[in-house]
Amino acid sequence: MVERIEEIQLEGMAEVEAAGTAAELEEVRVRYLGRKAELTGILRGIADLPAEQRGPVGGTGNKVRKALEAAIESKVEGLNNAELEKTLAEDRIDVTLPGSPARAVGHIHPITRTRRLIEDVMIGLGYQVMEGPEVEHDYYNFTALNHPEGHPARMLQDTFYVEDERHVEQVLLRTHTSPMQVRAMEAAPPPLFMIVPGKTYRRDSDATHSPMFHQVEGLAVGEGITLADLKGTLLAMLREIFGPDREIRMRPHFFPFTEPSVEFDVSCFRCGGSGSLEDGSRCGLCKGIGWIELGGAGMVDPNVFGFVADAGYDPDSVTGFAFGFGIERIAMLRHGVGDLRLFFDNDVRMLEQFS
Amino acid sequence: MRVPYEWMADYCDPGLEPRVLAEKMAMTGTEVERVVTLGPPSAERFVIGKVLEVEKHPDADRLNVCQVDTGDGERTIVCGAPNVAAGQTVVVALPGAVMPGGMKIKQAKLRGVESNGMICSERELELGEGHDGILVLGDGPAPGTPAVELLPLAEPVLELEVTPNRTDCFGIYGVAREAHAISGAGLAAPPWDGGPIGPGLASEPDEIDRLDDPVGEESTADRVRIVVQDDDLCPRFTARGYTDVKVGPSPLWLKARLIAAGMRPISNVVDITNYVMWLTGQPMHAYDLDLVPEGELIIRRAENGEKVAALDGSEYELNDRMVAVADRNGLAGIGGMMGGSVSEVSESTTTVLMEAANWNGPNVLRTSRDLGLRSEASARFEKQLHPDLTLRAQAVAARLMVEICGATPMTGLVDVAATPPLEKPIRLRSGRVERVLGMAISTDRQAEALTMLGFGVERDGEDLLVSVPPDRFFDVTREIDLVEEVGRISDLDRNLPATLPSGAGRPGGLSRQQALQRRAEDSLRESGFDEMVGWSFTDPAETDRLRLAEEDPRSSTVRLANPLSEDQSVMRTILLGSVLGAAQRNLARGADRVALFESGRVYLPAGEFGPGPLGGDFPGNTRPPSNEPQHLCAVMVGPIDPASWRGESGATDFFALKGVLEHLAGGLGTSVTVEQVPGIPAEPFLHPGKSGPVVLDGRPIGWIGEVHPSVAAEYDLEGAVAFEIALADLLESSKVGEESYADFTQFPPVDRDLAVLVDEGTHAARVVDTVEEAGGELLTSVSVFDVYSGEGVGEGQKSLALRLRFRAPDRTLSDEEIEPVWQAIIDALAESGGTLRG
Ligand SMILES: [Zn+2]
Repeated sequence: MVERIEEIQLEGMAEVEAAGTAAELEEVRVRYLGRKAELTGILRGIADLPAEQRGPVGGTGNKVRKALEAAIESKVEGLNNAELEKTLAEDRIDVTLPGSPARAVGHIHPITRTRRLIEDVMIGLGYQVMEGPEVEHDYYNFTALNHPEGHPARMLQDTFYVEDERHVEQVLLRTHTSPMQVRAMEAAPPPLFMIVPGKTYRRDSDATHSPMFHQVEGLAVGEGITLADLKGTLLAMLREIFGPDREIRMRPHFFPFTEPSVEFDVSCFRCGGSGSLEDGSRCGLCKGIGWIELGGAGMVDPNVFGFVADAGYDPDSVTGFAFGFGIERIAMLRHGVGDLRLFFDNDVRMLEQFS
Repeated sequence: MRVPYEWMADYCDPGLEPRVLAEKMAMTGTEVERVVTLGPPSAERFVIGKVLEVEKHPDADRLNVCQVDTGDGERTIVCGAPNVAAGQTVVVALPGAVMPGGMKIKQAKLRGVESNGMICSERELELGEGHDGILVLGDGPAPGTPAVELLPLAEPVLELEVTPNRTDCFGIYGVAREAHAISGAGLAAPPWDGGPIGPGLASEPDEIDRLDDPVGEESTADRVRIVVQDDDLCPRFTARGYTDVKVGPSPLWLKARLIAAGMRPISNVVDITNYVMWLTGQPMHAYDLDLVPEGELIIRRAENGEKVAALDGSEYELNDRMVAVADRNGLAGIGGMMGGSVSEVSESTTTVLMEAANWNGPNVLRTSRDLGLRSEASARFEKQLHPDLTLRAQAVAARLMVEICGATPMTGLVDVAATPPLEKPIRLRSGRVERVLGMAISTDRQAEALTMLGFGVERDGEDLLVSVPPDRFFDVTREIDLVEEVGRISDLDRNLPATLPSGAGRPGGLSRQQALQRRAEDSLRESGFDEMVGWSFTDPAETDRLRLAEEDPRSSTVRLANPLSEDQSVMRTILLGSVLGAAQRNLARGADRVALFESGRVYLPAGEFGPGPLGGDFPGNTRPPSNEPQHLCAVMVGPIDPASWRGESGATDFFALKGVLEHLAGGLGTSVTVEQVPGIPAEPFLHPGKSGPVVLDGRPIGWIGEVHPSVAAEYDLEGAVAFEIALADLLESSKVGEESYADFTQFPPVDRDLAVLVDEGTHAARVVDTVEEAGGELLTSVSVFDVYSGEGVGEGQKSLALRLRFRAPDRTLSDEEIEPVWQAIIDALAESGGTLRG
């Protein structure tokens, strides 16, 4: 009897294997596991068997029954999968058509992106970000920055004045972000480490001058701050913006509100500061000089501290440095934008190049 | 300031290529804009020639055929100049020479006659502007001598960009001293103190000293009377008289130097005044003394409306803030600006009054601006010169007048001076340089640097006591200025270390408002909008285009007194115009849709500040003159999404943009509503039925809606939707970072839907309000999920389908518990005129 059961297993397994469709498999199931199946009959008749046979026959029979059930189940799964795959294989689309456009993603203006980059770099160096008014008093834009009335330095910047009945020229559009140096010092005692990004205005318009442009001002005031600290700070910033191999050059200059004053340049990132390209031709970016002019800086003039002495700025106990540069200039260099005016034209064909 | 290299080399020849010198100057504080070469690119093949014979050209009336000795023999040269004559010493460009502008001289046949070179004119060599034909030199130089030995050919000229504090570098001698300090090359004595004054001119300081010895001859004081009525505006006025002056053209070297410096030679007397100015930095003026009645000049404030005919041929009307030089009859010049034509030096002049005066810088600056007149003199005086420079100029001028004009100086100067500025040595404390620069420089080296720059230096223990020469007097007034002087010529760039400020633990960062601003801008970017940056200034007619009424506060603008153009003459009070303008330009260039936003300021002459800097409330003791809150404005035109093969996307509409606004608010952890309040008129630039104020906590913070068709038409748009809100107000309500966790897992909510019929004009928000009010605490949210009117719904009515969500924080709600709340909601709806459907 046990032998017969083992034969049934072999036969059954073979038939399960051979079944090609779900219907055939169902036939096999009925034949081997159905109510009228031989195995079912054997198991049903166990009670009639001699006592010593009941154990082996029942054990083997149930084992075979389970094995067949498992084989059928796994075969069903296989057949279903195969049929599904067949159906799917016939259900075809042209995958080469373009995808449905996602809701268009917009773009952040390159000036904003560049401003944020500079902010993030300076935040990393321990600076706060501040904003100041663009329509400003003469006092903050000039007088408190050591440009006395009638000083020719005022003429260095073509100033937009705000119309007033008395023609006293006391209100203007700030010509630089520097007025916030004074406002920030009025508002908080040293140590002070802050930057001011924002719009500035000068009465000048051509391919390299825009009557409206953006600057970033930096100011660091505390005990023992030196011109060498200015150099280190600018160098750290420029390397974040233009790459780790950049160098800085500081050229003495004149600004009324810093003393000593410098202009600072960054080594050219296209030619590596050599002024010529690999093929020996002159580098167009730095015009063969190897350096790119970026901005002005210097040690805060003691006269400026004099205007905020009440807020705790004593030139004998604190020193400080300040710097300023144009955001457009950085954006033009980083992104190869040739004409300043493109930034304010807002042509989407330009804007969409900056994610 | 143009500095001809050979002129500077009279005093200091650093022995450097001009380009190398330029580089070194740039690294010590004087930018050299460029180095130009005057005249031909090279002096080669330009030689002295002697004209031996001149004959008419056989076939051309106007041409001459000349035989010229050029040292290497006789050559035939065809020359068109009418003034060529036998016996002249001339400059010949031999074949191979390159003229200014690049033309190369070649052997050529001119109307059949072979010509072996060219006889040059002043103009062709860029030595002068004469139109009189070829340049004729005095006798002497042998034929074949290189012309460069006599004339400045291929002359390098440094164009300096002098910063306004460095009045000393507005004179050649000051630049030479700078070159000396930079290079260490020797420095000659100054021209006012025995140094050279020009090529071939004797240095005879003794001669000049004798001029001031009032023995015998005519003295200036006898012929000249100077009255200074306002010594605040004219701190010093010096004059010297000359007789026997022979006015005529200047010698070639002087003309060439002036041309190289960028000035036009006029006559020897006038040229001397310009030459002295260029050399010493002190402007001068020459009067025909015979045309000054009684030799009297009065320096006084002008009267309002007083007119003066100036040397430039123009007439200027002065006012009483300006200083004038008057003679007995009227005005003879504008102080510090320009002389008058009344006593102008001419060919018939024989007596001259040379003026070297000192003027009040700020006053000259203002006069220059008010008159729209800027001269080389005013450009120097406006920076405030020291009164003592007048004496330097008089000394140099006297030597030149004698040498060049054959003049006889009168003895003595007339010198009217106010109290001179107080001279006081400046103490440079030991260690101060290091403390400011962060780099040690020995006291010896500091002293050496300052001495080379012309300062007087004395040691006082470890400190230095430094006296300042007059041409640096107003620039270097404090210890810190000396630190700069020492620093800038100590090879700062190479030697200065790069360090970071000490003092750890400084927190850097964005303010909450700044961080949220970025989030807001990024939200609009995510919603498909391109950020733009518009002009802060606009056209005054923009308020009309936007149909703003005159009494609308946005019609009062901050106006510029000196705009570049009328189009940019007022500061914008609303961003919408900028954004619509950008949309217009993009559509005109072929875009089929635009979604633009701007995060920028508006400028209002007055008004309350919003919160923080984005609200216009900036740090500092003095309130800003205007109110400049940050606004956020978005505009959509055309289809919502880009076109695709799957079909057209819907046209943009109010709800598309409202979704963007809600997304923006939601992303900031806050919410806004849009309301139409009866009695409050719609924004004039919006569709009155499809717009409304954006409301936050019951307060309007902006607007949203379809742009009014007439306004859209102004910008060539067929339709647009837009919103603009005050950013600070929105950010202020943000709950970002303040969220507290509420458990949501334990007790499930119960959702129930209802549909209610209401009048078509009823706002959905009002129905939601009614439901929320009646729903009490168990009702946690209500949303409108369908709006229907038409079949099955009565005329003039609409059906709103609402989803209500009930939840309790501490238990699972049973139907029994919800039932009374549900009933209350239905009652409330019925009471407010709604009818429950189905
Ligand atoms: Zn380069």
